[in-house]
Amino acid sequence: MSIRERLSGNEAAATAMKQINPDVVAAFPITPSTEIPQYFSTFVSNGQVDTEFVAVESEHSAMSACIGAEAAGSRAMTATSANGLSLMWEMIYIASSLRLPIVMSLVNRAVSGPLNIHNDHSDAMGVRDSGWIMLFSENNQEAYDNLLMAHRIAEHKDVLLPLMVCQDGFITSHSIENIELLEDEKVKEFVGKYTPEHYLLNKKEPIAVGPLDLQSFLFEHKYQQAEAMKNAKKVIADVAAEFEKLTGRKYNFFEEYKMEDAEYVVVCMNSTAGTAKFTVDELRSQGIKAGLVKVRMYRPFPAEEIAEALSKDCVKSIAVLDKSDSLNAAGGALFEDITSAMYVNKKSVPIVNYVYGIGGRDTTSNQIKSVYEDLQKIEKTDKIQNPYRYLGVRK
Amino acid sequence: MAIDKNTPANELTIGGNIYTAGNATEFKTGDWRSSKPIFLSEKCKQCGLCYPVCPDDAIPVKKDGNRADFDYDYCKGCGICAKVCPFGAIEMREEGEE
Repeated sequence: MSIRERLSGNEAAATAMKQINPDVVAAFPITPSTEIPQYFSTFVSNGQVDTEFVAVESEHSAMSACIGAEAAGSRAMTATSANGLSLMWEMIYIASSLRLPIVMSLVNRAVSGPLNIHNDHSDAMGVRDSGWIMLFSENNQEAYDNLLMAHRIAEHKDVLLPLMVCQDGFITSHSIENIELLEDEKVKEFVGKYTPEHYLLNKKEPIAVGPLDLQSFLFEHKYQQAEAMKNAKKVIADVAAEFEKLTGRKYNFFEEYKMEDAEYVVVCMNSTAGTAKFTVDELRSQGIKAGLVKVRMYRPFPAEEIAEALSKDCVKSIAVLDKSDSLNAAGGALFEDITSAMYVNKKSVPIVNYVYGIGGRDTTSNQIKSVYEDLQKIEKTDKIQNPYRYLGVRK
Repeated sequence: MAIDKNTPANELTIGGNIYTAGNATEFKTGDWRSSKPIFLSEKCKQCGLCYPVCPDDAIPVKKDGNRADFDYDYCKGCGICAKVCPFGAIEMREEGEE
């Protein structure tokens, strides 16, 4: 029997970490993820975990300590947000290129400046090409579940890549919702022990990690990372199938909400999916065939699968919602990923982009409804004046 | 397993990890050198000041405690040995100039 609780997103993440009981947690407080290391340090003080908690002096050091710990042969975790992730930037790439399966809880927040502590996805989008697996979570339950699956994916011998579980700052991290938790024992059994094949503290096998890698080798090592990212797709699916058996909760690469006969489709990530589902239900009650695709697995990107889902015969127009502006005069990151996936897979459906919710700006169901109205107009006129649009900005 | 610049990606260790110890000698760093120390044995008094300061262990010492000629596989040409030699027995020359 699972345990019914009510927790905030940060509490859910900290609870997952408690049940995972990693060897090392190194973290530095930053809004809105501060509570995660705060709660976790309480678990350490209370003797509820065996973890070595390293209270580092910066996020650069937090990721460095995780890299050292993971290379030494232990399981390391951290949590951060926005500018904390920015300060980790250098080490983010080191972690993935050294193939260290570190797990991070990223509580999404706008990267300054101007200074803003509220939610958007600019922090995550900044590291989308860094070689980390990225899972997005609609609510506290998904943030918890994704974390429980994280080590099984990251540490798999065909993968060996670090992984971040994203949730929306404040909207998810500080909202208390119902949640179903697994028993500690079940989590322990599901996550399993970390048994790396090669590690620095193995006195029987002295090794060197991170040597100089010049023109003759770096290309091949990057190719290996790319291959590992492709391998991750199958592992993510397998682990999700096992997780479903354990919990009854099903996790695909992306969630398709009322997509069986959807004509007008919105694509988004994280908490906005909740508002969008509410809107879809409202529109459905008025006879409008609205649908939603919520991307859970952003890296690796499910290009082929998403192109397939979005190009069913019933689909007439698509809007991709980006909670981060790429400032590139072309479109947001998710929009570009999806449009290139569609093009490469020879799928052509009218598609537009909306940058929304920047800096924690509330996005209401009425605004999402206006997107669906735009999609109906596009279908009628078959014209897209400007595919790179904004939702809720004053202009 | 021997790894060189012809090894395909699927046979390389991940992240370039090296799963053996004591293999720095396999990496010949002598070709980084732009100036080259020349050992003038006739001026050398075997005082023993040069080899302890060599950062690359590129001055071999024989069993009798006397130094031998430079090991150019590893000497990077930093010139510290020439600086400490009190007898002018080490001369720095441009690499390639004979």
